[in-house]
Amino acid sequence: MTDLTSLTLAEARKGLSAKTFTSLELTDAHLSAIEAARVLNAFVMETPDQARDMAKAADQKIAKGEGGLLAGIPLGIKDLFATKGVRTTACSKILGNFVPTYESTVTSQLWRDGAVMLGKLNNDEFAMGSANETSCFGPVGNPWRREGSNTTLVPGGSSGGSASAVAALLCMGATATDTGGSIRQPAAFTATVGIKPTYGRCSRWGIVAFASSLDQAGPIARSVRDAAMLLRSMAGHDPKDTTSVDIPVPDYEAAIGKSVKGMKIGIPKEYRLDGMPAEIEKLWEAGAAWLKAAGAELIEVSLPHTKYALPAYYIVAPAEASSNLARYDGVRYGLREQGKNIIELYENTRAEGFGAEVRRRVMIGTYVLSAGYYDAYYLRAQKVRTLIKKDFEDCFARGVDAILTPATPSAAFGIGEKGGADPVEMYLNDIFTVTVNMAGLPGIAVPAGKDAQGLPLGLQLIGRPFDEETLFSLGEVIEQAAGRFTPARWW
Amino acid sequence: MSVDAATVRRIAHLARIAVSEDEVPHLQGELNAMLAFVEQLSEVNVEGVEPMTSVTPMQMKKRQDVVDDGEIADDIVANAPATEGHFFLVPKVVE
Repeated sequence: MTDLTSLTLAEARKGLSAKTFTSLELTDAHLSAIEAARVLNAFVMETPDQARDMAKAADQKIAKGEGGLLAGIPLGIKDLFATKGVRTTACSKILGNFVPTYESTVTSQLWRDGAVMLGKLNNDEFAMGSANETSCFGPVGNPWRREGSNTTLVPGGSSGGSASAVAALLCMGATATDTGGSIRQPAAFTATVGIKPTYGRCSRWGIVAFASSLDQAGPIARSVRDAAMLLRSMAGHDPKDTTSVDIPVPDYEAAIGKSVKGMKIGIPKEYRLDGMPAEIEKLWEAGAAWLKAAGAELIEVSLPHTKYALPAYYIVAPAEASSNLARYDGVRYGLREQGKNIIELYENTRAEGFGAEVRRRVMIGTYVLSAGYYDAYYLRAQKVRTLIKKDFEDCFARGVDAILTPATPSAAFGIGEKGGADPVEMYLNDIFTVTVNMAGLPGIAVPAGKDAQGLPLGLQLIGRPFDEETLFSLGEVIEQAAGRFTPARWW
Repeated sequence: MSVDAATVRRIAHLARIAVSEDEVPHLQGELNAMLAFVEQLSEVNVEGVEPMTSVTPMQMKKRQDVVDDGEIADDIVANAPATEGHFFLVPKVVE
């Protein structure tokens, strides 16, 4: 039997229903892989006992022919999702030993469909970061290294643990969240597939909030098909999230292999940045050529407000974060530092519990919302956001079905290499992905090639609202043309 | 726009984050780097543009005005650092 961890989710599902192996065997194979890969620091909490119990239950259901969509499939869960009875920290010291008494809607749907939880995955503290370096549990290693180098690289962020674990074959898929690129950028850095669905497609209930008007959950997986299977389970209406949309969830897997003939693909000229590495440019052209060969029509489009998306994001996201994170006060849950009075208790708790990046963003958010500055910063940023969204609407109104862009401006970099002196240097990682969150659109990152140093690079496809299916169809074309990429094991 | 040291202290207090004197210059530099970055928004013409309030056009959902949850006081205090019965304990607030 081949190593069970190297199967795709779709292949594993076939093997399980044909009874070639059991979920318990599949789960044990992954638990061993996790144990052997602790140097990557992808998991912040392993739940082997619970995993085996869930696997046994899945095996019984499969035996009776009652297995759901994901019956017996072992997954990793980003530590931003509340899991009942299992410590959930958002990788922040301030949540301490928080053990939820409830389950997030997205994860409860995965368990409903029979999936198995292997444990909780590392991420940037409160999902604030692009390298998974701000976690209170320390940085995550990327399973990919530059050719001939021993330097450990970042897996991207904030869903760095999810991307690293999926790429290193520690789980068959993982949940992730994306506020400015936190699914798509780590997917691109690790040669995995990541989709951020349309805002409102997945319930945010039970996910630790960062910026509520931008946050969306989605999967990271090893193939476009696997991502489609996971999203089908994760998506759907939830009365507990007022922004969750009440429209049926399509069978995303049915979109895989569908012809893209005659589809209009927009190439936005504003994404061609000065000083963009030649290999990114080449990758982008290759992606366009593959879609063209599959019968799609390519047209140049303009999204004139692109350059303002990142600065507007760095007003809107910190503003919402400062409000959302007000709840961490040392009273109701998590860490408490003593103080002479209640104000000092709050101030000492928050100084001790939040890391440097979170403190910085809460402070900038507090500033832009404070009296006298609201109009100049927050209100203006929300108006710019309207313009960014309109750019996309104008483009889709011309009959464009999807937009093709690079996923990131570079390949993965070394731990500690970026953002030390100027936080903005790190923020620029999200330059191609953040527009999508600002406009609430779906975006998928698909591995498309490697740079000269052998590191993976990804392409991004941006779709119309609630048209994830087109992204899966187009993503499959890229995957078929580019192939799939697996890192050489060094851990 | 940029912030001075006094503003950094004021923001920290508004955000309820204790900041020591020797952290102020560093924070001031970082906050000013971010403010310099977002400064480019001032060149966008936003005359007559509505600020975004909902990224997906939708009617705010309303639910029935009925109790559909509750009786979970044990759950609510389960993770608190200091409690007595179903109460959170804090330092004295009212003399």
